Amino acid sequence: MLTYTNKIQELAKRLLTEGKVDLVIGYRQGTIPMMNEPVQVKSADQTDQLYWDSFCGVNLANYLPRRTERIAIVAKGCDSRNIVVHLQEGQVKREQLVILGAPCQGMLDRRKVWGRLDGLEPLKALEDGQQLIVEGKGFKQSFDRSEFLQDNCAICTHRNPALYDELLGDLVPEQGGVDRYTDVRAIEKLDPEARWQYFEELLAPCIRCYACRNACPLCYCPTCFVDESRPQWVGKGLDQSDIRTFHFLRAFHCAGRCTDCGACERACPVGIKVRQFTKKLEKDVWDRYQFEAGIVLEGRPPLDAFRPDDQEEFIK
Amino acid sequence: MIARTIAKSVFSEWLSLLRKSFRLIGPVRQGDQINFAPLAEGEGPDLSFQNTRLSPKEWVQPASERLFQFSLDPANTEAHILKEVPWDETPRLLLGVRPCDARALNLVRINFETPEYTDPWWKHGRDTMTLIGLGCNQPCSTCFCTSVGSGPFDPVGLDILLTDLGSAFLAQAATEKGAALLQGVPQGTEPSASDQSQAETLKKEAEQALPPQVAVDRLKDQPLLPLFNAPFWDEVQFACINCGTCTYLCPTCWCFDIQDEVSGTEGLRMRNWDSCMYPLFTLHGSGHNPRDQKLQRVRQRFMHKLKYYVDKYGNGVACVGCGRCVQFCPVNIDIRRVCNLMNAFQAN
Repeated sequence: MLTYTNKIQELAKRLLTEGKVDLVIGYRQGTIPMMNEPVQVKSADQTDQLYWDSFCGVNLANYLPRRTERIAIVAKGCDSRNIVVHLQEGQVKREQLVILGAPCQGMLDRRKVWGRLDGLEPLKALEDGQQLIVEGKGFKQSFDRSEFLQDNCAICTHRNPALYDELLGDLVPEQGGVDRYTDVRAIEKLDPEARWQYFEELLAPCIRCYACRNACPLCYCPTCFVDESRPQWVGKGLDQSDIRTFHFLRAFHCAGRCTDCGACERACPVGIKVRQFTKKLEKDVWDRYQFEAGIVLEGRPPLDAFRPDDQEEFIK
Repeated sequence: MIARTIAKSVFSEWLSLLRKSFRLIGPVRQGDQINFAPLAEGEGPDLSFQNTRLSPKEWVQPASERLFQFSLDPANTEAHILKEVPWDETPRLLLGVRPCDARALNLVRINFETPEYTDPWWKHGRDTMTLIGLGCNQPCSTCFCTSVGSGPFDPVGLDILLTDLGSAFLAQAATEKGAALLQGVPQGTEPSASDQSQAETLKKEAEQALPPQVAVDRLKDQPLLPLFNAPFWDEVQFACINCGTCTYLCPTCWCFDIQDEVSGTEGLRMRNWDSCMYPLFTLHGSGHNPRDQKLQRVRQRFMHKLKYYVDKYGNGVACVGCGRCVQFCPVNIDIRRVCNLMNAFQAN
């Protein structure tokens, strides 16, 4: 992890000094344990704040749309895939970017760490190889980091950046034999009433803060449909029908574009498993088109193009 | 004021007694978090939390509140007449509220009950609420109540403050209402000298665990416009994704939006939480938006709490140091850091 930090700082310094980029987008060490803050660095003497560890779950591709500068950006596998999606959707130009690819071993979920500590408050979390050492008042415990992988990282099959200009380290082996959709299949098997109940319970804690949407690199619409006011499309309160409308429509809008980076779930302050919706659509796109978003820059994504042999049995 | 020691073995009996006069709202486990919810008959509060995920403000200012109802049915002789939705008059008791949150419910009164106007819904919600607080033996590392004029055992806003002594609670009345509730309670005994001194020790230890982390002393004297135009806002705002987590978790964020919702011929006038982080918050009917940039919205939240409020009311900052925004901002924008930047700012 330290080696990535050094490499990011070194590359950032070089690119800024040589005038190759106007700014570098990366992370700086957070003010609380197991959190880091996205940061933009514009001058070579500021690069020592750049930082990397296993709590860099924020998807930095979210900071690219509508920017016009030349930007170096730190990108894990998922971030790089979202950069590819941005390029395909015309949100940023390839020549603007220097992608600092971060081969990734999975990001860690601080809530899982909290869960394991049984009410004790972590004040420090340090990594040592595959170990996560958590310290607090009167305790110090060491865990295997694999216990705390974010749910999406545990089933990730694209840990290496799909597109990059520099690498922060050697490419890592991809996870094999992963079944990405056990949970989706379990929900598909429920009868409609039970499935409805499942979604109701899933969304019950929602407070309409839109952290899921705003953490998502795909959600760059200048005006989101829930923010349309003339005319207004969706109620603003906590009526379940409005909450459902927001989550379902947002998920549909991400179909064939979502890279399962987990930014939505990570951001949710009330712990909603938002990926349950996007994963179903990801699975459908895979089943129909054998397509995964953001892997290949060339060509158009399936939901963005018409082919005469497209499956259309759903039109009745 | 009166104080009583209530053994934990009879605590639920005391709650049963209170239940005869109040609807009880207390901390309950909801998944990986603890939040305030109505306590069902026989259900006790879960007091195993440092702080609840959501503040209890929703029990005075609901996230979605029905204000008026109306009919659009031409056959209805009272069509188009706004009628108040009947108020729930049941006295409520908020149990286990932390001193920071109680202080917040007190602080926002300045917005809802002014010399010119009173917000009847908020006032009704607040006045029907009795608060039994729970002092913080173990404050979180993100707590900074002592930096903003409060403390882990601050009774401001509470009717009764409970201190957890291990096998019993020390219940200290902080208002006449609280004193009346403790008077003659069969479960309570006169606190012993050792109960009192144990509570004092717990208070001191908790306060010592909260060294000053945030400086607010210069905020009032900072010149407004230079602070508004300070260069650090550009750096502060970068990471912000303009979600509503900070505002919706904040116990002192009071902004709302009023909306009419119609289904068929029946309508409701609703009041919903709103957030200055949202672009729609300031969008004018003309289409103009005076805060259409992220920087302006981020700056507004911090300036409102830490400068405009300070200047307008002269009673400190509009933050109680609960630390929820610090813990749950998805991108780690830390109000403690921003407050220190604002406080230390040197205008040229």
